[in-house]
Parts: sequence; C-alpha cells; structure tokens
Amino acid sequence: MKVKMLSRNPDNYVRETKLDLQRVPRNYDPTLHPFEVPREYIRALNATKLERVFAKPFLASLDGHRDGVNCLAKHPKSLATVLSGACDGEVRIWNLTKRKCIRTVQAHEGFVRGICTRFCGTSFFTVGDDKTVKQWKMDGPGYGEEEEPLHTILGKTVYTGIDHHWKEAVFVTCGQQVDIWDEQRTSPICSMTWGFDSISSVKFNPIETFLLGSCASDRNIVLYDMRQATPLKKVILDMRTNTICWNPMEAFIFTAANEDYNLYTFDMRALDTPVMVHMDHVSAVLDVDYSPTGKEFVSASFDKSIRIFPVDKSRSREVYHTKRMQHVICVKWTSDSKYIMCGSDEMNIRLWKANASEKLGVLTSREKAAKDYNQKLKEKFQHHPHIKRIARHRHLPKSIYSQIQEQRIMKEARRRKEVNRLKHSKPGSVSIVSEKKKHIVAVVK
Amino acid sequence: VRTNQLVNSAHLLALSQQEELEDLPKDYPLSPSEDEGDIDGERKHQKLLEAISSLDGKNRWKLAERSEASLKVSEFNVTSEGSGEKLVLSDLLGPVKTSSSLATVKKQLNRVKSKKTVELPLNKEEVERIHREVAFNKTSQALSKWDPIILKNRQAEQLVFPLKKEQSAFAPIEHVLSGWKARTPLEQEVFNLLHKNKQPVTDPLLTPVEKASLKAMSLEEAKMRRAELQRARALQSYYEARARREKKIKSKKYHKVLKKGKARKALREFEKLQKANPTAALEELEKIEKARMMERMSLKHQNSGKWAKSKAIMAKYDLEARQAMQEQLARNKELTQKLQVASDSEEEEEGAEEEGELVPDAVNEIQMDANGPNPWMLRNHLRGTGEAKVRDPEKLPEPVAHEASESEEEERPGAEEEILLNEFEERRSLRKKSTLNQDTEPVSRQEPKDSSSKEVLSELRALSQKLNRENQQCGKQNMSSTRTVPAVQREEPAEVEEEPLLLQRPERAHTVEELEELGKEECFQNKEVPKPMGEGQQSERNPNNQPGTPKEKKRKEEMIDLQNLLTTKSPSVKSLAVPTTVEELEDEEERDQKRMIKEAFAGDDVIRDFLKEKREAVEASKPKDVDLTLPGWGEWGGMGLKPSAKKRRRFLIKTPEGPPRKDKNLPNVIINEKRNVHAAAHQVRVLPYPFTHHQQFERTIQTPIGSTWNTQRAFQKLTTPKVVTKPGHIIKPIKAEDVGYRSSSRSDLSVVQRNPKQLSIRHKKQLKKNSVD
Repeated sequence: MKVKMLSRNPDNYVRETKLDLQRVPRNYDPTLHPFEVPREYIRALNATKLERVFAKPFLASLDGHRDGVNCLAKHPKSLATVLSGACDGEVRIWNLTKRKCIRTVQAHEGFVRGICTRFCGTSFFTVGDDKTVKQWKMDGPGYGEEEEPLHTILGKTVYTGIDHHWKEAVFVTCGQQVDIWDEQRTSPICSMTWGFDSISSVKFNPIETFLLGSCASDRNIVLYDMRQATPLKKVILDMRTNTICWNPMEAFIFTAANEDYNLYTFDMRALDTPVMVHMDHVSAVLDVDYSPTGKEFVSASFDKSIRIFPVDKSRSREVYHTKRMQHVICVKWTSDSKYIMCGSDEMNIRLWKANASEKLGVLTSREKAAKDYNQKLKEKFQHHPHIKRIARHRHLPKSIYSQIQEQRIMKEARRRKEVNRLKHSKPGSVSIVSEKKKHIVAVVK
Repeated sequence: VRTNQLVNSAHLLALSQQEELEDLPKDYPLSPSEDEGDIDGERKHQKLLEAISSLDGKNRWKLAERSEASLKVSEFNVTSEGSGEKLVLSDLLGPVKTSSSLATVKKQLNRVKSKKTVELPLNKEEVERIHREVAFNKTSQALSKWDPIILKNRQAEQLVFPLKKEQSAFAPIEHVLSGWKARTPLEQEVFNLLHKNKQPVTDPLLTPVEKASLKAMSLEEAKMRRAELQRARALQSYYEARARREKKIKSKKYHKVLKKGKARKALREFEKLQKANPTAALEELEKIEKARMMERMSLKHQNSGKWAKSKAIMAKYDLEARQAMQEQLARNKELTQKLQVASDSEEEEEGAEEEGELVPDAVNEIQMDANGPNPWMLRNHLRGTGEAKVRDPEKLPEPVAHEASESEEEERPGAEEEILLNEFEERRSLRKKSTLNQDTEPVSRQEPKDSSSKEVLSELRALSQKLNRENQQCGKQNMSSTRTVPAVQREEPAEVEEEPLLLQRPERAHTVEELEELGKEECFQNKEVPKPMGEGQQSERNPNNQPGTPKEKKRKEEMIDLQNLLTTKSPSVKSLAVPTTVEELEDEEERDQKRMIKEAFAGDDVIRDFLKEKREAVEASKPKDVDLTLPGWGEWGGMGLKPSAKKRRRFLIKTPEGPPRKDKNLPNVIINEKRNVHAAAHQVRVLPYPFTHHQQFERTIQTPIGSTWNTQRAFQKLTTPKVVTKPGHIIKPIKAEDVGYRSSSRSDLSVVQRNPKQLSIRHKKQLKKNSVD
C-alpha cells in the first residue's frame, strides 16, 4: 500500500541566502484578527504617549558671545556652519558638529544689525550700527594675516538689515530706503523708497529672485521688483511687522512676524486678506524662518519662547522654552530641516530638534517602519479626545501660561462685546469682520 | 523694448494722421500758403484763436494797440483793427448757409469750439502709482505660473526632499592640495622636504623615477608583451573550456576508453623510453612501482568506498554494475598481489574463492533469483495470491442468504473494511424491520408531544435501540425470518423514530428518503429480496405521513411565539437513514458528555438569568408614571393610612409609551438604548474638518493600517510618510528648472541697470489710458 507522506517544497520555505528574511506565512483572514479599531486605537494612544515621553528637543547651547545675539545666518553649502552677530559688534562662526566657535571677528562698532552669506558660501556680509557694510571671507585669515574685511562700504545712514541675492553678485540693504548693491561697486545701483520710514528688514525671494519684501516701522510691508526698480504694493497692518520670510517652496507666499503677537501668511498677489493668521505667542514676534521643506516655519518671540507652526494651521504645533532662555531675537531652521537654532538676549545660541521626539542617527528599517506606522496612527486618531489631549499637552512657563489665560479672557470679552453690539444695533448697520481681515488696515497700490 | 518702440511708432503715426486732418483745407483757395508746414499751421491756429478770443469785444482794442509783437501781425494784412465794428459770430455764420465756399471755415470753427485744452502732465505720485500697478500686475501674472506646482506639492501623497538629486562631487586630491598653501614655518619646512624629494603634488601622482621607468619600455616591446599575454589568456581559457566540456561528458564508455588510451600511451612511452634511455626507464619504473605501493597501502579498491557500496546494492539488478564490481575486485587483487612472479594455479583458485567471498550477498542472491524463483519472493507472492483467493469467495454475491454471509464474516477476522461494510448493512436491515413495525402499529403515532416527555424519550431511545439490536441478533440465531418479531418488542423504538419524523418538514423527509435510496443502491446491488419490500414499506408510509401531518406542523411552526423561542428546546432533527446507525455508535459518548456538562453547570440556569436580566432592562427603560397624590390632603392622614384609590387615580399622571424597544422581537438580545457614557469619553464629538460626512470619517477609522491586517506591501504603502528628508542633505529652494519651467535667462541685475527712460515709455499706453479715465 502506498503511504502518502506530507511533503513540502523547500522552495517555499528555504531562503536563498542567509541574508534574506525568513518567510513567515500569514493568514490575513479578518476573522482571525478581530477588534482592529480598538487595537489600533490603543496603539495610537501608546504612540502618542511615547512621543510625549521622548520629546526632548533641546540639543545644545553655543555660548561665547559677550552680548545678546542679534542675527544669525546659515551657510549655504555646509550644514555644520552657522554665523552669528551680536550686539557688541562681534561676529562668530560656529561649528555645529563640534558645538564650538571656530572663528571670531570684531566686525562693527555697536550692533551687528544684519548678516548674510553669499550664495556660493565663500564670503559673508555684515551691516552694523557704524553705518558700514562689510564683506568678509568665510575662511579665517592665514598665518600672520590681519583679520580684516574684503570690502568695506561707508554709508550715510545706518543700515538695519541685509540680504544677498540667491544667484547673482547682488545684495540689498535697508535703512532709510532699500538699496540694491552690486558687489563690485561702492554705491548702490538702485534705491527704492516709498514714503519716509525706517525699514527694519528686507528679504529676497528665494524662487523668483528678482522679488523683494521689506517691512518698515510705519506698520507696512512693501514688495519690490528688482528688475523694474519699483515697489509693487504696500500693505499696512495694525501694528509693526518685525521681519518677513519667504516660503522656499511656494514662490508667492511669505510670512510676516508682527508686533501684535501674531504671524500673518500672505499670498503676495492678494494682500488684502492674509492666507492664515497664526496666533499663539503672547508677546511680539521678533523673527521667523521657514523650514526648507516649506511646510512649517519657526517663530521667535519676545515672550522667551519659540514656536513651530504648520503653514496651513493657525495654531502652533510645538513650543520650545527653557528656564534660562530670555527674549529670543533671531531664529533659523537649518537647511536639512532637522534642527532649529535660536539666538537670544542672554548671549546664547541654542540648538533644538525640529521634531521634539525624533530619534537622531541612522534608523534600521524596522525602526523606520515602526516610526512611520506610529506617525500614521497618530494622524488617524488625532481627533479622538484622549489622544488629542495628550498630543497637545505642553508644559509652559508660568508667565506664558498666565498670559495665555489673560489673553483668552480679553479675547472672550471682546468677542462678547462685539456680539452684544451686533445684537443691539439695527440689522445690517454693524458687520462682522473676520479675523483675517481684522488686522489689515489698508492695501496701498 | 521692441514692443515699446512699436507702441511709440504707432503713437507717432496717430499724431501724423491728426496733422493730415488739420491740413484738410489745403484746397481752399484763400489760403494757398497753408501747406508750408507745421509752423505755419500753428501760427494760423494761433491767429484763429486770437480772432475768436477777440470776438467778445472787450480786449479787441487792446490787442490792436499792442501791435509791436510780430505775433499779432498777419502776413496777409488782414486784421480786424480799424473796422471799428463788432463782429458777431452769427454774422459770420449767416452767409454760410448760402455760400458753400465757407463750409470749411465752419468746420474749422466747429472743431475749434469742440477742442479742449491739453491737460497738465500727471503729478509724480500718480505716475509712480501707475508704474507700480502695472509692475504688480505683471509680477503676479508671472508668479501664477507656480500655481499648478504648488497645488500639486500641497496635495502630494509624499514629498521627498531634496527635490533634485545632486551629484556628489569628487574633488581629486591634487586639487585639494593645490588649493592649499603652506603658511606657517612648520608647514613650509615640511613642504620643502617634500619638494626636495620631488614628491609630485599634481596629477599624475608619479615620482620622476617612476616616470622614467615608465618611459624605459618602448612601445614595440610593450605591444609584444601585451600580445603574448593575450595569447596566453586565450589559450588558458580555451583549455579551461575544454576541460569543463570533458568533465561534463557522462558517458562511462568514453571515460573508460579515455583512461585506457592514456594507459596505453603511458606504456608506449615507457617502452620507448626503455629503448632510448634505460636508466630513465628504470627510474620511471621505480616511480610506477612506488605509486602501486602507495595505492596498495591506501584503501582504494577495497570494496569499502562509497562507490563500491552503491554498486554492491545496484549489482543485484544491474548486470553492468556487477561487472564493474568484478572489475574492481580484479584490480584489487592485482594490486594486493605480492609481486612474486611465481603464480600458482592454487593461488588462482584461492583468488577465485576469495572473489566469491568478497562479492556481497546481494549479488549472489540476485543470481539465484535469475536462475530460479527466489523462495522469499515466492513466498510473498504466494501469500498475496492466497489472500486474493481467500477473498474471492467473500466477494461472490450471496443474493438470498445475506444473514448467512454475515455470520461468516463475524467469524472470520478479515479486512476491516469488510467488517465495517457488513455492519452497516446489518444495521440497515435492522432499521427496516423497525420501520416495518411502525406500520404495523399505527397507534404509536398518536404520541404526546410535550417537551418533557420528549426528553425522556430521547434518553430512552438509545437504550431501546441497543436492546432492539441485541434482540435482533438473538432473533437471527433463532429464526430465519425477522418479519415475525413480536410487536411488543418493537413498540418502543418505533415511537422513538416517529417523534423526530413528525417535527420534520416534508422536504427534509424527502431528502432522507433519497439518502436511503442512495444507501440502497450502494450496498444492495446483490440484495434483491429486501429491496422491493423496503420500497413497498416506504410507499405505505408516505401516504400516511404526508397528506395530513406536515401541513399542520407547518402552521404550528408559524404560530410559534417568538418570545418562547429560547425556552423551547430546539427540535433535534434526526434523519431516518444514516444518523440512527451513527447515533448508536456515539450514544455512549454523547450521554457521558451530556451528563458531564449537566453536572458541571448544575447550579446555573443561563437562559432564565438572561430572561430576567432582559425583563429588568425593559422595566428600567419604561417611562415611569408620576404620582402626585399628597397623603393627608383632604382626608385623614397618618400611620397606616393610605390615600384613597380614587384620589390616587386622580393624581396619577400616566406617561405616554415611548417607541417600541429595538430588541422587542429579538428574544436572545438585549439592546441598550442608553448612550454609553464611558465610551463617549473616547469618541469624537464633532466631525473633524476635512471630512464632510460622518460615514467618511468612520470609514477611515475602520480601515486598519497595521501590518496585522495588511500585507507587507499594502502596509508600506499605507504608512508612507508625507515628507521625507535625507539627513545631511541641504534642501535648496525650489527652482523653475527643477519643475520644467524655463527661468529667465536674463539676469535680474541687467534689467536694473538699463536706461530708466524705456521704463516710462513702456508705461505710456497705460498712462494714457489712466489719464483718459
């Protein structure tokens, strides 16, 4: 009698090399894996909790400046290099991997108002309170050489900001007017004014490089076209805008950091309504910088904290603060979109992770898969109250916390008053102004 | 620029056309000098204006007096001064009606009247504003080319940064070195040392000595060497290929021939050598001898190798293998043989004997087999045939005396299948008899159908069946026919069988019958006698059962109260044919199990508990009546006194009945209609933003994304992150070239440095348009 044996084809279970993964036969019958929603919910909850547990964003503090850090600049070619200018006229170049200062330059007398690097990364420019624009070599002076600028331009007025063109040997300064300079000349090739006011910051558009944006102390934001040597449009807000930053992935989008605690993201083609009003800060916003991916930006505030906002959300997703960090004056998002640097009043530059709970270093494929899965789970269940509560929970310093409460009360009172006014007036005589429109005073053509 | 120029020229064209219009009165005879040119025309124009302005009469004289200016003097000596009369326009126009020659004058006059004064140029702010507006429109138009890209990026499932892969640039070491200069004294010293050695700094990295050695080899030499090397390589590959090919040949014959050929060749060579060089031959001989000794010492050709073993097995069946073995043995013998040349016939015989011994048994066996039938094998074969023979009588059909065959089978411990089959048949016949008995006792059909009695009956059933069987068996022994079994004996099983039958539906019964038929066909091909009987029996039974009872039953089933579904025992459906037989087998076990379960759950009545719970739930959910009676109000109150029934009736407010409960018609379900507060804490209260309908949201929640529920590929796809960045890579701003747009080749700077006049020309049109407004 023939006996039938159980037989398996080794091709089905023997791996070809020992580096291959073992084949694990799986049965995906849904009846064998019940309760998928509750199980995933629990997983999402755990992932959210773990995210909070591992949220340790602070990486390092670079100390060495002898006065408050007034401006920061990224190196266009090297991720590890950062430049910073202080209120005592000192410029320092830092190596982030070593977390050390590699060069110190006494650039100006008085404040270093602005600093920017050339697009090729060989030199950088500084402007200071001593009415000069100086160009410096990125590499230190050779042996026996004096530390001195490549070029020095003496101006008539104080320059308050500087930015370099993204492709050409052109830079722009601001002060009484916006000046466009050729690197080779000592006088500006073009000066643009619109009224008389002191312009605090000017920025080149990184995509359409002929566009410029500036903000002035008379509460306006002005856009310029370098090719036509003319301003384009002006928008006047409720309060002064401290600085603006262009989105590096979306040519016509920029964000303005305002004194009224808010940030405004504009589409430059329609300035009468901001695309989004970002509010969470409890004091003036002093600086803003976009992530190189263009999906988020970071803002530095006078309330001693920095916040990270998604571009399309009005509330911040993250707030960073430490006990010792004072008013944050400047902030930058590194070019690999992983880190954030901020310079503050108390002479330190701090390095933060852009994602607070992110694991640094090389991840194995399994780690990566787990990370992605957890991220997706958190996204999927983000609206569930428990998960939302845990994900949103942040510890805040007492001052910020109490200010938030206070402002909430104020806002509620204002809203109530508005509602009452609407209720007790003739229908149609009082109109409701949306939050977006509320802060725009005028758009000047 | 060109467009601007075009615009400009067009403008000029328009101006010239206007001039032509003004020159229209050329043909007028009174003014022949009008075609002198623009200046003349202007002057005329001026004059005309003067004339008109003097029409009001006030400053006519004054004008006349201020005649020293040449402007006032007409070259035609036609002045209004001296006439002293007031010229009225109507006077001028009066004769126009009659004389056609004055038509042109009239026209001119009309034109003068209609013409406005030239506007002042726009102020600077206005101009700038217009410039700005135009520039802004242009810029925003240029920017809107980004719209599709930005939209695409915003909606993208995944964005990988940096957008454009950058080629990693390798800087050769020479470049790095050349860019670096020795500055400190130490560095310079080191550099000097290096230069003394003439260590090269730039490409190619060869010292002068190396260069010289390179130069030393001439071109021809190098070529020859290269050719040589090539040839050697080709030869090697050729030989390798040949060896591989030969190795692949499986033919044994070929290899044998090859080997023999080699041996022959060696022998020939040896002989040749012997002739030519005896000493060398001697040496060679020694070598051969040594090799033989070595081989002798080794275990080769000893029948112990793998090959030999396998051959030994094969030798049984394979003649060739046997030969090969014998060959090997011969070689072994040859080798192990002492080299004494004296070889006796005795020894040879011994060797032959040895050979016989050395050959494994199996070989011999087969030989024997080949010679005559192997007794062992024979035995086996015989056994098989014997069995077949024994089996044959069984297989022979026994049409009439089935029972007799049965007895035979019982006696003989034959094949198991056979036994099983026979048992089955036996039971079948047994059952038939019982059903037959049913027919004989129609009384049994009128049975009480209480559930309690049923239970008892079901317990009894198994027992009685067993009894029945035993009876039958003894019956078989005693009587030749089973049809005359006393009715008393058969009564009980008949009842038992009837019970389930009644509960069955007609279709079900039908299928059972079919089953029966099938069974019959299967087993009773040879059993001719009982078959017609069984059929008759069925036909007898069917009319009895079908016309009345099934319909009634049906109606009854319909009328079964839903509420009582739980309390009534589900009717156990028992088919007539096969299950009875199986039941008998499993009866013991079942009963045991039932008893066990009963014992284990003796205390709790789950069903009653459930019903109680449900009743409570229903009660709790019912709206309560409100009793507003106040004891002692309008009557005596106190201990032991209750408000009167009338009063109670009066003040009782009955609440209306709510909607029917969802589980009203579901006897075994309790649906809780109250919202679960504990669950609510975990639920989403409002529909989140991107979703438009709650079903949408629920669907996304209900689709699992984990690898537990998805295949690896699907899991990867579902969990792709939205933004991927590479660590250590600089993400540059998006560029027009990256997304397929042509960026402006002109540099931004070049435009700035252009003549600003052109700018104003460009906007002339716009300006004009604006001024018209």
